[in-house]
Amino acid sequence: MKVTLFSTCLVDMFQSNVGKSSVELLERLGCEIEFPESQVCCGQPAYNSGYVKDSKEAMKRMINTFSDAEYVVSPSGSCAYMFREYPHIFKGDPIWEPKAKQLAEKTFELTQFIVDVLKVEDVGARFEGSVTYHTSCHMTRLLGVKEAPTILLKNVKGLTFTELPGKEQCCGFGGTFSVKMAQISEQMVDEKVLHVEETEAEYLIGADAACLMNIGGRIERRGKPIKVMHIAEVLNSL
Amino acid sequence: MAMKIGADQFKERVDKGIHDSFMRGAVAGAQDGMSTKRRNATEELGNWEDWRSHGEEIRQHVLENLDYYLEQLSENVAKRGGHVFFAQTKEEANEYIRGVVQKKNAKKIVKSKSMVTEEISLNTVLEQEGCEVIETDLGEFILQIDDHDPPSHIVVPALHKNKEQIRDVFAEKLGYEKTSKPEELAWHAREMLRKEYLSADIGITGCNFAVAETGSFSLVTNEGNADLVTALPKTQITVMGMERLVPTFEEMEVLVSLLTRSAVGQKLTSYITVLTGPREELDVDGPEEFHLVIIDNGRSNILGGEFQSVLQCIRCAACINVCPVYRHVGGHSYGSIYSGPIGAVLSPLLGGYDEYKELPYASTLCGACTEVCPVKIPLHNLLHKHREIIVEKEGKAPISEKLAMKAFGLGAASPTLYKIGSKIAPAAMNPFTVGDKISKGPGPLKAWTDIREFPAPNKERFRDWFKNREKGDKK
Repeated sequence: MKVTLFSTCLVDMFQSNVGKSSVELLERLGCEIEFPESQVCCGQPAYNSGYVKDSKEAMKRMINTFSDAEYVVSPSGSCAYMFREYPHIFKGDPIWEPKAKQLAEKTFELTQFIVDVLKVEDVGARFEGSVTYHTSCHMTRLLGVKEAPTILLKNVKGLTFTELPGKEQCCGFGGTFSVKMAQISEQMVDEKVLHVEETEAEYLIGADAACLMNIGGRIERRGKPIKVMHIAEVLNSL
Repeated sequence: MAMKIGADQFKERVDKGIHDSFMRGAVAGAQDGMSTKRRNATEELGNWEDWRSHGEEIRQHVLENLDYYLEQLSENVAKRGGHVFFAQTKEEANEYIRGVVQKKNAKKIVKSKSMVTEEISLNTVLEQEGCEVIETDLGEFILQIDDHDPPSHIVVPALHKNKEQIRDVFAEKLGYEKTSKPEELAWHAREMLRKEYLSADIGITGCNFAVAETGSFSLVTNEGNADLVTALPKTQITVMGMERLVPTFEEMEVLVSLLTRSAVGQKLTSYITVLTGPREELDVDGPEEFHLVIIDNGRSNILGGEFQSVLQCIRCAACINVCPVYRHVGGHSYGSIYSGPIGAVLSPLLGGYDEYKELPYASTLCGACTEVCPVKIPLHNLLHKHREIIVEKEGKAPISEKLAMKAFGLGAASPTLYKIGSKIAPAAMNPFTVGDKISKGPGPLKAWTDIREFPAPNKERFRDWFKNREKGDKK
């Protein structure tokens, strides 16, 4: 199966390991991976801040970049959801709405793709450690992917799973919210870190690099001994 | 009290909220408790999503046919001997109510809980008229005696106070000498209020839902205070927002179920009172004179536009009870009697962007509000819509942000620019990088690194790794 990877700009620039793990994992599951060089950013930071016009050029670029893809897979629930939003954003546009719709229909978040399309629930990974999992808001509420990550994690050998208390609460990232409303964001991420500590897990796992950068950055600043990993890295551990 | 509360700027209000540990403890506890109750009460129905869709459909139908139903309601109230006044502005509403007060030579007024009367500052107007105004909802009563402390929640107005603080207010203002037990506090208030109902000249209520077909209106409470406000005084004035009506009792039943389960996690509240017009010949109680004041105050400007769905709101506050921002800053931070996600959408519409331009940004767009709304208002989408208008139509965004977003737009739309930018990023960030992280970022990054570490850009980007690997250089 041919899969076109939408790495996201955060992964490309800051978390290249997540990209590498996604490639290796999908290849192990029998996929052939493509990475079109012309992909940039999905436009979400500007779009969510209200700069709709300024972000549309980036969106058109992405629509064209992935036009020939069979499946578009992204290791980020939030960025994958952004592709699913494109048809609403270009609603009424005779050229771009149908193209956006095509892209939206073939776009999946990584764990969603593995469970729903590849129909795999055990990727054969082994990972020694106790983990808890942060359910990102856009991935669970907007993209609607609630079960896939935990199904996959619970089938990893050697891994012990503890549910995160208050898991439905946002970590306080929210794109530009994290700097625009930094004081509120700080309170939110602190409560999240507190909940992670309560689980006594060694690892915090997530499926969105942005949330992990927020929670992980706070954990590191406060000198907590909790390690943060993306789910692709865990599922790619053998 | 008007819709706007306090004179502080947004940042100051948030700062106060965050440093009020009593309030934050009370809010977090209340949110957790109410969310759990709500979840249980909605799951119990088994098909909550169908109920939500039905609720949305009813509200949308009413809004699409609002003129028809308002006319039907007015006709039926008049048929039953009631007076109807349609106020386009809050001044018109207050003027009409003042006229009734003067005609009746009223001195004492009892009120049951009503957000719309807060919105139009009715109490201030009545007090200026020389009336004694007594709030009979326990929460509102507490706030009133505490020097008119503004409400911080649309269903539980004194949510920001814990029982010890309430005891202190009672002790200071009422000479109360007992404990902070809720039962004892409530009993004390009840004893005081009972006398007031009996001696009041006018009773004023809000309205949960008016029923167009019969000219009735309903009040949903757990304290029974609204029953006394409507049963005892000779004159009754009911004030309602123009969108708060349903075609028939059948739709009211659906909406009341959605309301009580979403608001307080109850199948039904202790009292659901439905009243129609003034007292009739064989009635043993009820007012001799009944006035219905229907308030526009900016609502018709929302109707027919891109924010119309906000008028579907049935004021259950489920969105407030799950909002992670409200959780940490409390209701007063919003600077409006309408707080939380619904307040952040509604306040700029009713009170303008100059006053409330920060509120749409006081959200991570996490969507928790949209998920719980019993009438499916897409709250986080409406917050985003406000941002778009603030940036693109009102031009109220800071210049530094506009430039940054312009640059982002260019970079994100051009692979060449992006490639160069991301390639030189590690070198550009080098002066700020220690090990693999940035602890003191420049420019806009500072707000991030004041709180958290920021990762240093990868020297080998993912795309470089992939390209090299494709060339056969597998690592």
